[in-house]
Order: sequence, then C-alpha cells, then structure tokens
Amino acid sequence: MSKILFNNQLTKSIYEIGVEGSFEGAMGQFYMVRAWEDYPVLSRPLSIHDLENDKIVFLYRVCGEGTRIISNKKPGDEISLEGPYGNGFPMVKGRIALVGGGLGTAPLRFAAKTLWNSHPERLDIYLGYSDEDINSNRFSSFADSIRIDIGGFVTEMLNPSDYDVIFTCGPEPMMEAVARKAKSAKAKVFVSMEKRMACGIGACLVCTCSTKNGNRKTCKDGPVFDGEDVFFDEL
Amino acid sequence: MSCSKVDFGNLSFKNPVVMASGTYGFGKEYGEIYDASKLGGISTKGITLEERAGNKGIRIWETPSGIMNSVGLENPGVEGFLENEENYLSKLDTRIIVNVSGSRIEDYVETVNRIEKTSFDIVELNISCPNVKSGGMAFGTNADSAYGIVREIRKSTRKMLMVKLSPNAGDIAEIASACVSAGADAISLINTIQAMAVDIYSRKIIFDNTYAGLSGPAVRPIALRMVHQVAKAVDVPIMGMGGITNGADAISFIMAGASCVQVGTANFMDLRAGTRIVDEIEAFMDRENVKSLSEIRGIL
Repeated sequence: MSKILFNNQLTKSIYEIGVEGSFEGAMGQFYMVRAWEDYPVLSRPLSIHDLENDKIVFLYRVCGEGTRIISNKKPGDEISLEGPYGNGFPMVKGRIALVGGGLGTAPLRFAAKTLWNSHPERLDIYLGYSDEDINSNRFSSFADSIRIDIGGFVTEMLNPSDYDVIFTCGPEPMMEAVARKAKSAKAKVFVSMEKRMACGIGACLVCTCSTKNGNRKTCKDGPVFDGEDVFFDEL
Repeated sequence: MSCSKVDFGNLSFKNPVVMASGTYGFGKEYGEIYDASKLGGISTKGITLEERAGNKGIRIWETPSGIMNSVGLENPGVEGFLENEENYLSKLDTRIIVNVSGSRIEDYVETVNRIEKTSFDIVELNISCPNVKSGGMAFGTNADSAYGIVREIRKSTRKMLMVKLSPNAGDIAEIASACVSAGADAISLINTIQAMAVDIYSRKIIFDNTYAGLSGPAVRPIALRMVHQVAKAVDVPIMGMGGITNGADAISFIMAGASCVQVGTANFMDLRAGTRIVDEIEAFMDRENVKSLSEIRGIL
C-alpha cells in the first residue's frame, strides 16, 4: 500500500491523484489501482500521467463505483498500485505531435515530459476537450506549441505531413481519424487503446484488441499499438 | 505450520488450491509475480482443437460482488498450446490440468488424443462453457448428452478425466452421476452462471453474445450448495469452485465435500490470491488443530 499525497478535483468529474513512492514506468504504461478491499472486484487501470523520483500521478474521471471510491480518498489515505504494466509509447526522434482527447490526454502528459527531455527536433501538442480545458497548463513546459480545441474536432488542426511520428490517445473515433489522416502522409502513428481489464498482466484475455496481426492483449501487447495495425471498425 | 497436502484420486497435491481455467492463462504471466510451485495446481485456459479468436465486443462487466465474462474460449488451439506452452508448464513443480473444450464430440476426442502424450496429469473436460454458440454448455446441461461425451472421451485417455459441470443444468447431481457412470474419475464445479447485462441508455444488451458467465463471490453460496449436492451423489473426488476468495471460503467447500478447490475471479482481486489462500488454509489448520484436510472433508 502507498500513501496518497493529494487528490485534487480539476473539473466536475476529473481528478488528479498523487501517490508517494519511488515508482517505475515508461510513457504509455499503466498501473492497476485499487483503493478498496474486495469490491468492486476489479482494479482500475490508470495510465501514468506524471512520474517523479518520489511520486506518481494519475488523472482519472469518476465514471463508476471504483473511481468514485478513489475520488473520496484523502491525502494520507492508502491506495494499492500494481505495475507498471503494458507496452507503452516507443522512444522516438524527429518531429513529433501528441494528439489527445479528453482523458486521453492523461498518458500524453508523461509522454510529453519524457520526449521533451530527450530534445526532439519538434514537439507539438494538440489537445481536444468536449466542454472545458482539463489540463493544458500541465503541458506548457514540455512543448514547442500547444493547440487546444474545445467542443470540436482537434484532429482538424493536425497536418500529419508536418511530423515524423504522432502519438494519440482519446476517443476511438478521434484516434481512428488521426491514423487515417496520417496514412497518406509519412507520419508513423502510435495509438493508446482503452479497454476494460481484469488481470492487467495478459492472462485473462478480456481486453483483446483486434489487429492486423490477430487478437492482441491491450494490457500486455498494448495499450500502445501501431496505428496502422488496429481494426477500429471492429472495436 | 500445518501441511495441507491432499490426495485427489490417485494423485497427490501439495495443497488443495488450484488456479481456475481462464483466469490464469498458461501460467507465464503470474510466474513473473510469484512461484507457481507454491500452488496445488493450475488448470489451463480452455483448449479447443482449432485456434479460436473468441467473442467480439465487451468481454467483462462488473456486478455487485462479481463479474460477468464473455471471452468465448479464445485460445491458440491444441497444436499452438503444445508448441508454445507445454514446455513451460511441464517444468512447473505443480499439478497441471489441461482444460479441454469443443463444439463437437470428435473435436474433443481429437484434442484429448493430442494431449495424451504430454506429462500433464489431468484432463478437465469443459462441457459447461456458457459463452460459445455451439457445444460447450449444451453437452453439460443434459444427463444423456453428458454421459455420451464423457463415454467417448474416456476411451481416448488414460489420464485422470475430470468433468467440469455447469450450474445451468436442472439437476447437477444427476449430471454428475451420469458423468461418473460414463467413466469420469473426478468432477469439478461450478462453471459460471449464465447471466445478462443491459445498457439502458443505448437500450442494448452489453454482450455481443447476448448472455455471459457470472462468477465471483456473488455465486459462492450457490456453488457451495451444488458442491454439497454433488458430493452426496458421487464417490469420485471433487474440485469445488465458485467465488472462493480466502482460506475460510476454501475450507467451507472442503467441509461440503471438495478435495481440492479452484480459485478464479479472486486472482483479479488479488494477483497473489493463490498463495495467500494456501497460507490461510494452513493457518486455519494450525488454529483448529486439523492435522489433515481429510479430517474435515465432507463432514457436512
């Protein structure tokens, strides 16, 4: 068990929780988070939003019983984290765009920080929100430019031919649009998928993602996949 | 510390705790978390003759004190299993149970034939999967069809043949008796209970396959009752399962007549549930001065 440092409400339903400890993890990886004993049965997979020497941060939306319990936890309370799990974003160079939608911006924050520290040729960030800006200020130190869309389609601002690599996470139609737009350009797209998970380690096959290479485990082979490989229409 | 070694037919298990099919894969992933040799055994993910991609759509849904799954037997097929998993599993110092499923009796027979040459100890015949459109549970909810499939498969294997029963049968004790008369060496129960969930806003059923299988603590009292009924009806050893999450749950199944227990959904609540339950069983034995689990098996 680890100690909660802060659990701040950012919007009506979105929270940012910080947990004390020296955690490991790469951009795009996640932890299975549990703030209760037996029920709900399943832990909640949350991607790494930020990682420092002495703490880890997650961004989450209250959308069910589990996240409601997490949101009620106070600084000093304990929480269980298992991980890091999954196959995250690759370390890349060149001109990079990060395209996030809503809570899909969560893993991109840690990706932005990691990439920025590796001095890429260019790092532009595109953030789309349905009704309010959740966290664009968290990206400001780690980007050459940040473009924000509220209520529209963030993908319309993106010109894939400006980039070598694009990382995207958000609603599946948004990621599909990014992958489709990038196909005619030469940009390589990596998508971070979200699926309901149970074990989190690749044993139970409930988080299957349909790809050109057959079924893949979102928790272990993903959550980050090559954007060209995922069959969005079968999701 | 007490020793929770148990006999299961003519096989000895170092303890009665077996990981249930479908929740433990083929052991590799959990092997990175703890040493499987601490377990009594592992029942593999269900194997079919041909590779299967499983069901589309949502595969897991939470309920109060439980989960519903609709994986639909995604598996690499028996050849893929033998090629990629046999070597790893055969090196583990624990009993390996191969869970076998299928749509047609001939497929079950062929799958069992191919497993016959392995070193694995037990074939667990899954005639109770609620998540496939043909075969599966259909074999296990009628005494005559259960008898027929077990009799055919009995001819194909000299391994211990354990039949996994469906709780969706009318009279589970009758099905168990039919399986034993057909040559089953052991019975495991219960598979998941057929269940359903609805998204009231989209006005649609959650699962593409319409129904799914309910497991976890929500089903435990029903599973316990069924294990008790089957233990009264047959003379072969029983592996009881259904929502076992701790040592006390396991002991209650043993008192109801199970020789071993399987742990499934609890692996998702606690990745180390298997070894923890072994420790809790042995702590109970210490506290209650139980020298062997045979002293308390089937006492109810």
